[in-house]
Amino acid sequence: MADLKVVGQPLPKADAAAKVIGAAVYADDIVLPRMLHSKLLRSPHPHARILSVDASAARRIPGVKGVLTGQDLPIRFGILPVSQDERALESEKVRYVGDPVAAVAAVDEETAAAAAEAIRVEYEVLEPVLSIEDALRQPGDERIHASRSLPANLHRLQSYEFGDLAAGWARAAHVREDLFFFQGNTHLPMEQHSAVGQWVDGRLTVWSSTQVVHYVHRALSKVLELPMNKIRVIGAAHGGGFGGKTDPFAHEIVVAKLAMVTGRPVKCTLTREEVFYAHRGRHPVLMWVKTGVDEEGRITAMHFRSALDGGAYGSYGAASVFYTGTLQTVTYDIPAYKFEGCRVFTNKPPCGPKRGHGTPQPRFALELHLEKLAEEIGMDAVELKRRNFMQPFTRAVNWLRVTSCGLEECAEKVLAASGYRTRERRPGRGQGFAISAYMSGAGTAIYWNGMPHSEVQLKLDRTGVTAYCGAMDIGQGSDAVIAQIVAEELGIQAADVRLVTADTDSTPIDLGSYSSRVTFMAGNAALEAARKMRALLDAAVDARAGVPFLEACELAETKWGALSTAGSYTPPRIGGPFKGSGVGPSPAYSYSAAVVDVDADARTGIVRVNKVWIAHDIGRAINPLLVIGQIEGSVYMALGEALMEEQTFRRQLGLHKWPSMLEYKSPTFVDTPEIESFLVETVDPEGPYGAKEAGQGPLLPVIPALNLAVHDALGVWIDETPVTPEKVLKALKDGRVGPKMFPAVPWPEPIIVEPPARDDMRVGAELEAAFPSA
Amino acid sequence: MLRLPRLRFLIPDSARQAAAMAAEGGPTTMLVAGGTDLYPNLKRRQFATDTLVGLTHLRELHEVRGEASSGFEVGACVTLSAASRHHELHAGYAEAAGLVSSPPLRNAGTIGGNLCVDTRCNYYNQTQEWRQAAGYCLKKDGDICLVAPSSPRCWAVSSSDTAPMAIALGATVVLAGTDQERELPVSALYRDDGIDYLAKQAWEVITALRLPPADGLRTAYVKLRRRGSIDFPIAGCAVALRMEGDLVESARVVLSAVASHPLEVHAADQLLTGARLDDETIAAAAEAAAKPAKPLDNADLDYFWRKRMVRVVVEEALRKAAAR
Repeated sequence: MADLKVVGQPLPKADAAAKVIGAAVYADDIVLPRMLHSKLLRSPHPHARILSVDASAARRIPGVKGVLTGQDLPIRFGILPVSQDERALESEKVRYVGDPVAAVAAVDEETAAAAAEAIRVEYEVLEPVLSIEDALRQPGDERIHASRSLPANLHRLQSYEFGDLAAGWARAAHVREDLFFFQGNTHLPMEQHSAVGQWVDGRLTVWSSTQVVHYVHRALSKVLELPMNKIRVIGAAHGGGFGGKTDPFAHEIVVAKLAMVTGRPVKCTLTREEVFYAHRGRHPVLMWVKTGVDEEGRITAMHFRSALDGGAYGSYGAASVFYTGTLQTVTYDIPAYKFEGCRVFTNKPPCGPKRGHGTPQPRFALELHLEKLAEEIGMDAVELKRRNFMQPFTRAVNWLRVTSCGLEECAEKVLAASGYRTRERRPGRGQGFAISAYMSGAGTAIYWNGMPHSEVQLKLDRTGVTAYCGAMDIGQGSDAVIAQIVAEELGIQAADVRLVTADTDSTPIDLGSYSSRVTFMAGNAALEAARKMRALLDAAVDARAGVPFLEACELAETKWGALSTAGSYTPPRIGGPFKGSGVGPSPAYSYSAAVVDVDADARTGIVRVNKVWIAHDIGRAINPLLVIGQIEGSVYMALGEALMEEQTFRRQLGLHKWPSMLEYKSPTFVDTPEIESFLVETVDPEGPYGAKEAGQGPLLPVIPALNLAVHDALGVWIDETPVTPEKVLKALKDGRVGPKMFPAVPWPEPIIVEPPARDDMRVGAELEAAFPSA
Repeated sequence: MLRLPRLRFLIPDSARQAAAMAAEGGPTTMLVAGGTDLYPNLKRRQFATDTLVGLTHLRELHEVRGEASSGFEVGACVTLSAASRHHELHAGYAEAAGLVSSPPLRNAGTIGGNLCVDTRCNYYNQTQEWRQAAGYCLKKDGDICLVAPSSPRCWAVSSSDTAPMAIALGATVVLAGTDQERELPVSALYRDDGIDYLAKQAWEVITALRLPPADGLRTAYVKLRRRGSIDFPIAGCAVALRMEGDLVESARVVLSAVASHPLEVHAADQLLTGARLDDETIAAAAEAAAKPAKPLDNADLDYFWRKRMVRVVVEEALRKAAAR
């Protein structure tokens, strides 16, 4: 691959010009003839039974063309098959402030808002459940989801043991336990959620700001009881998701139903406040971790517990619990590992996947925990961590298969560039170092099926080539990556590849832009389709070199007639032979390391970030400009979570404290320090051209590195996020700020899993033959 | 998106006509210049308003007259950006103007508007739906203060960055009424009341800010906020010093965002006057200034912490002013 021409080029995003000049059409830009505007009526109570809904006054308002209540959309949906617990409009009870109960369509937004306000809802207010501790107790009034089999407000409960824990503890020379809390926060995309529905002649079209057109397609089909072939979902130009637009949402179903009811197109754009209620953001997680190390500092055993505050609905929560426990083993080599995790329901907006999905919290805990452990035994923390680094081509104790792994190189890059080892030691100045790993796409689909996770089709004729891909470019630049792969194979420029993406009518399946999967999976599908097309072109030009591309296209069409090729990608089975092994396996893991440099003022508690050095094992950078964009975006987002962002609620009221971009504090440009990025290319054997993910992994090390830098500067421990000035001062007084206890959880008996041989790299059919699925 | 209520927008020919329109319209009529504070508040239905009287088209309100030696008269509709870039205005005043919000909002927001900016509270600066869910408060539609439920008054916070500096300078405003103009010290423009926070008649139009001659005044404004841009102050200190050699001849210290009005701290002024501006004096003045500051749990970050930070911003402002 020495002579790559397009792959590796720092080219601009495919839609850069359209976005810069304002030509890109976002969902809210769509205006259709006779279009109506929709507004949702949301619950003002965190927990209440709905006694009655009277929309008669709303219907009488001139300009109102349609009103929906829960009776009109009774079918439940949810992103995971195990959590079909949401309704577009609730008719029985509401579970958080902001839960939608009714919707109207009117000739303009003002009329729609007035009509929504005119709907009378009678509630019987119930005692809200607002914390993890409360959710584990018997509720005062009633459970948030009454039909569940687990006690109190428990949603999920997991317990696993991998390897010989008893032997691990017995071998340990030192054992340490710590408690940590990671506060919830939200995605804060620049573009609010928005959708437009249109109903023509028995066919529904929905344009939406979504990360996954396929999942919206499925939910619409289920709730509206329409076959998939009567529904078309199109991803509009996208203004940012970060995981927050990966679920199907009430407003998407509502615009579709209102379009069907009124016979007119209907648009709904959420207000910024509503985006905070739609949420699906970072879970608040309470964590307890216990680790044993031998005399050399090598980990002998680890026990990790997590309790996730899930909010009102399941969302991706069943997977989120696993993610808080599963990737510990692919960064550090842990020979015996026990994981217990639970998720509870609370009367707050539902949590879900945010950049790093379920892994920033344990990453934060683990990096601080190992630093404390190193301090306790008088060992250099970096050295302790390095001794436990996962090595390439190793199978972890929980069966996750690590292929390429640039952890050593990443660590060395940032340690050297930052001067960490020889840093100036004085009060108020500090540096922190941390590492991480992340998946290049989930190895298992979120709903059971045997179909490919990504497919790409190419169409070629005398006008050139067009790639059809179901993935949604959400601003990360995935379209550019697809174009560069196709261009590389066909020997043309990326700009010569036309793209049709994220349209369920015209593009093949893709499981969407989340889980850091597009470059790896859609990229591999594009590679296969392009290689097939290249073969057809080669045959058509009869192996003559130097034929101009369009001339070659004409020769190919002459020789073959209408031309199309397709490629698809299905990750191999990787997970071990046990129930629940589907969450965590990925065909490849990216690795990152970061050093954060801060000034921390002991008088004010104010922390100023001077610089961040970050190295990322990308496998291969198909487009280094976009990779660095993802790294810098991750660093920026991580610093927000580390220093200021928190989704918090008024006691008793269960009301979001500040659902606005002014008072929900997220850093601005001027608060973002210099970021120096290093790309480490380990050329993964299964990624396209060796590529792995970049969208999420680089966020992970930055948050613990920031806390460790504050510790380095002031000697205090802040064992929770965010590090606010008042916490710094409190820690200076008390030595530590953080959780004091882990609540009692009725953990089940663990599932005991026999670990694999460390060098067992078998996947797919080979693995299936040796270890049939549990 | 949140929509503005339906409004009548009036375009007067003069400031005096604007005052007449506002007087005639009564309590549901408001004056608007840049609108950077008013429009979002209207979208959240924080006022029951059906009529706005626009001011920014009045050319005479955009002029800056005078010179440093005699003092400037700055038109009320001069933008905060323009004021912040004006090299001859008092350094502390330009500094305060340049620290308001963010660049786009300073390009629209005016110096008159910043003097009149509504008092703020995390229970009040919320949408209609949020306030309904929380229960309405004294300042709008309710009958209790949600921050201090036993209090008979509203504790919304004065959040102007430029008002404390104008007071420290001894500046005055020119007010146009329906049939006359009057001049009022900026220090007399405010009331210690979160709701009725302006001491002028509702219809009176601020047409200009009169700043005193430079005359050896050393000024500085220090603003504390979470982020380097956008945020309102959570504590701030304006200082105007006149030095005689090493000694302070006169001093005025005014705080922002720690009360419902810009807080003048005469105890600090007296302590500084005649003293040598050394570390000890600065610390003592900061201590005296922090004493009356009364931040409550209705703005960003912990209020105990904000109270502690008052000392820090006062010290910093004093050092900065002295160094100018």
